[in-house]
Amino acid sequence: MSKVKVAILGSGNIGTDLMMKIERSSLLELTTMIGIDPESDGLRRARERGYTVIENGLDGFLERPELADVVFDATSAKAHVRHAKKLRQAGKFAIDLTPAARGALVVPPVNLAEHIGKADNVNMVTCGGQATIPIVHAIHRVCPVDYAEIVATISSRSAGPGTRANIDEFTETTSHGIEVIGGAKKGKAIIILNPAEPPILMRDTVYALVEAGKMDEQAITASIHEMVATVQSYVPGYRLRNEPVFDGNRVTVFLEVEGAGDYLPEYSGNLDIMTAAAVKVAEEYAMHQLATPITKGE
Amino acid sequence: MSANRHITITEVALRDGSHAIAHQYTVEQVLQVAKALNDAGIPYIEVSHGDGLAGSSLQYGLSRTDEFELIEAAVSVCDQAKVAVLLLPGIGTVKELKQAHKLGAKLARIATHVTEADVSAQHLQYAKELGMETVGFLMMSHMAPVETLVEQAKLMESYGADTVYVVDSAGALLPHEVTARISALRDSLGVQIGFHGHNNLSLAMANTLAAIEAGATRIDGSVRCLGAGAGNTQTEVLIAVLDRMGISTGVDLYQIMDLAEDIVAPILQVPQEITRDSLVLGYAGVYSSFRLHAQRAAAKFGIDSRDILIELGKRKVVGGQEDMILDVAAEIAQARHASVK
Repeated sequence: MSKVKVAILGSGNIGTDLMMKIERSSLLELTTMIGIDPESDGLRRARERGYTVIENGLDGFLERPELADVVFDATSAKAHVRHAKKLRQAGKFAIDLTPAARGALVVPPVNLAEHIGKADNVNMVTCGGQATIPIVHAIHRVCPVDYAEIVATISSRSAGPGTRANIDEFTETTSHGIEVIGGAKKGKAIIILNPAEPPILMRDTVYALVEAGKMDEQAITASIHEMVATVQSYVPGYRLRNEPVFDGNRVTVFLEVEGAGDYLPEYSGNLDIMTAAAVKVAEEYAMHQLATPITKGE
Repeated sequence: MSANRHITITEVALRDGSHAIAHQYTVEQVLQVAKALNDAGIPYIEVSHGDGLAGSSLQYGLSRTDEFELIEAAVSVCDQAKVAVLLLPGIGTVKELKQAHKLGAKLARIATHVTEADVSAQHLQYAKELGMETVGFLMMSHMAPVETLVEQAKLMESYGADTVYVVDSAGALLPHEVTARISALRDSLGVQIGFHGHNNLSLAMANTLAAIEAGATRIDGSVRCLGAGAGNTQTEVLIAVLDRMGISTGVDLYQIMDLAEDIVAPILQVPQEITRDSLVLGYAGVYSSFRLHAQRAAAKFGIDSRDILIELGKRKVVGGQEDMILDVAAEIAQARHASVK
């Protein structure tokens, strides 16, 4: 059966992890790895695996646009602003894993369907957003949420220099996503870096205040479990640490994200959930493009 | 210690003390306390949610009064003292810093875990651009070896910190450990060195004197120990001790004693003392603001709050991870339940 051709822009940790995840997809065919450092581990591995390797960045790829229809951008926010424009002109579907947020913010189990077939650039929000916005939405779809707050704790080792240099971007983009995608009237996000060794798994806590008089503990619990199962379909290491805790109109949900350990270590659940969600977006796009019934497990 | 030395005091009761009263400060309280501190000659008064700007949250506790109203109130009664604000990157952003500056805050204290200084670059640089004085605040300093502390302090200096603080958030450091840390910073940095202690092991004063002896010139205190855990170095006592040592602070001893007794003491529901939970914070090396949260979780699950705090210490939980308290409490309760079965 035919597959949709994809390319990865950026040969760092995220790009290389994407490469391994895409190799497992029955809908996507990785053809090209684009980087700027010929010596990078990502490009070296791509060469070994027989992919087309482009060493002069996006411009090199645009000389051979037939190589792929979908481009994952795993570079930096600053670079993506430039890339977004060029990819649009070339008619490519861009999946942006940087915090640039040029395109629609997408959290697959919540709003992916709205954007597939319409948007030509989608942004993966933040790791904390991918982990927690599904839960905010799961609560909101059964009991309207007035306020949602999330706390993402990640190991220091899995917070890259980009995140560190602009940590405000995380809090701002995530709280925006909690509102516009999750559905909370007001959102707030907190991120904590923990340097413990061995590194801790990503942990996320979601607090939500539901509208007065609208609390339905059973419905919320069921909705959360259903959502967790949905996220697990593309992030197997995503799980609840405890049952939701209820207190008046407040619900607290404790989550943990263990990475698949493809290229990134297992403790980097925060990075894994980003690459897994991005692959999920590309697969949905592929299904839409191929518009044929897909059988699982090919 | 030579005579004619001067130490600059920052009073933190209106920020760190916010933890001790579950973030319930009112405008009237802040007006009264800040005015009295200003009149007593305290040069810097810190005002913010206990977890810094934007700390008001379900995670840390909601502020009864919007902290910007409290900052504005403090600024309105200070004609000598400067108002300081605390900001923890990951919780607060430059947006709140800008607002605090607009309301008249003059000193920005940017706090990170002792190993994570690089997240403060953005905020320290922005504070300098605003024309604010800056402090880099290395929290949980007991959790890193001296070499790491020095390396992280140098980063903060490079981002524009005018002072770098060794912050003993857990009240876990012993005097010789304070000496080693302050001395190492003194040897490696060109900027001022500060010390912020907690009295969980009854060592806040001893640690403060060790810090001054080793070269710290900026010291935090809280009147009546109105701070997280067992509180900080007790300001009015410190003023008296430094006076006896011939070290000047510019603070009037009678006035600071009076405001401690007449204005601050009534704010505390119970006087600050070293309770078993506070002691355990220092002993286990846990962030001081966890105390009240651990007590609530212990009551909810019917377990001993000390077990929760000791377990948190074992797991090397850092400042800000209040969500771990409920999580660990639930785990302990579950394990107990299973073993009873």
